[in-house]
Amino acid sequence: MTATLLLLLPLLLPFAVPVPARRALDRLAPVTALWVITLCAVVLAGCSLAALGAFVLTGLLRLPAFAALGELVHPLSTASGPVVLPAAAVSVGALAVCAGTLGRAALKEFRAFRRARTEAGRRPAAGDLCVIDSPRPDAYALPGRPHRIVVTTAMLRSLDAAEREALFAHERAHNRGGHHYFLAVAEIAAHCHPALRPVRRAIRLAAERAADEAAAAAVGDRRLTARAIARAALAGQEARSARPGLAPAAASGPVPHRVRALLAAPHVTRRAATCAAALLLACATVSFASSVTGLIDFHHRVEIAQGEESR
Amino acid sequence: MTDAKDERRPAGELEAGVMAVLWAAGAPQTPGQVQLGLGNGLARTTVTTILTRLYDKGVVERRRQGRGYAYYPVQDAHGLTARRMHSELDRDTDRETVLARFVAQLSPDDERILRDLLEPGER
Repeated sequence: MTATLLLLLPLLLPFAVPVPARRALDRLAPVTALWVITLCAVVLAGCSLAALGAFVLTGLLRLPAFAALGELVHPLSTASGPVVLPAAAVSVGALAVCAGTLGRAALKEFRAFRRARTEAGRRPAAGDLCVIDSPRPDAYALPGRPHRIVVTTAMLRSLDAAEREALFAHERAHNRGGHHYFLAVAEIAAHCHPALRPVRRAIRLAAERAADEAAAAAVGDRRLTARAIARAALAGQEARSARPGLAPAAASGPVPHRVRALLAAPHVTRRAATCAAALLLACATVSFASSVTGLIDFHHRVEIAQGEESR
Repeated sequence: MTDAKDERRPAGELEAGVMAVLWAAGAPQTPGQVQLGLGNGLARTTVTTILTRLYDKGVVERRRQGRGYAYYPVQDAHGLTARRMHSELDRDTDRETVLARFVAQLSPDDERILRDLLEPGER
């Protein structure tokens, strides 16, 4: 019974994480925040999957056919039957939805990425820059070998020379920092547990902030970097409003946050930062410990039921 | 940004900077104009060297202008790539997942906040 409760914890903890993740983003250095939040998301996603798996197995082993397959000689001691089977059924459903959306998203991502790569490969490149002649301001880092920066002509024209350097430095920081790995992990985690979706947003923002800070350091001017971001975003907005087909995203976006952070003097108070990081890591540790304990207990009960161990 | 710092930057980054100036200008540029456009104190000879290298790679075209050349970026045949890429970009919204975009879309609130933040400077 206690084991069942222990295995519920990894499923509930992700709900507690978005707030500390957001706080960590504000208080930690961006690169540190990126690592800590991503690590936490990985552990929480993994543990919640493990817990679901344990519920499924428990349910299956209650069925005579599977009990025989698992060579159980005694019935598995579990929480009361009416709980176990529905829990298993729900877990099977959750895992199936998880696998389905994850597979579809992964396929879509992979296709989009490959297409972007092929297009960039076809373009003649100057250094790592790949320019696309388009009236729509856009820029992104394209990981791979070699790393590329893809920028549209409209984006180049809406920034001055110094701002362009800030933009390039930002995109190079993404590539150098391997931020696409973090983004991919965030994506996977968000598909594993719905409560990790806000955490995915936090990871994306942390990656942008890390690249912003790297760009500010490279061009040696925080204000300039802030201006580049703001002007690029506003230029994109103007291009969009000229084409009514595209509705702007409803939620308040990350751009003002980034610009504000760059305009403010960099401040990291050691104590607040440590607290924010510790809170996230504590969540991850509790989730890990409870799922491991739960799984060990489950394993123990299976061995008892197999008659290999006495109570 | 000092001369020395820029001269020490990797060749690829300098090429990217020069290419950006050519695309942003939208008309053939002489090395002197590119140097001005870069605005980072790179020596004229360095700019000329980079332009020549880009020309050798086939990334830029050039035509005679006065005693030297004016350079402009090579457009690919029929702008095919541009069109394809463009339609790709149009399907955006969730593409920012793996491709880290420079800026996300703005809500009307964001737009107002940004304009306020930029106020002290310009715009």
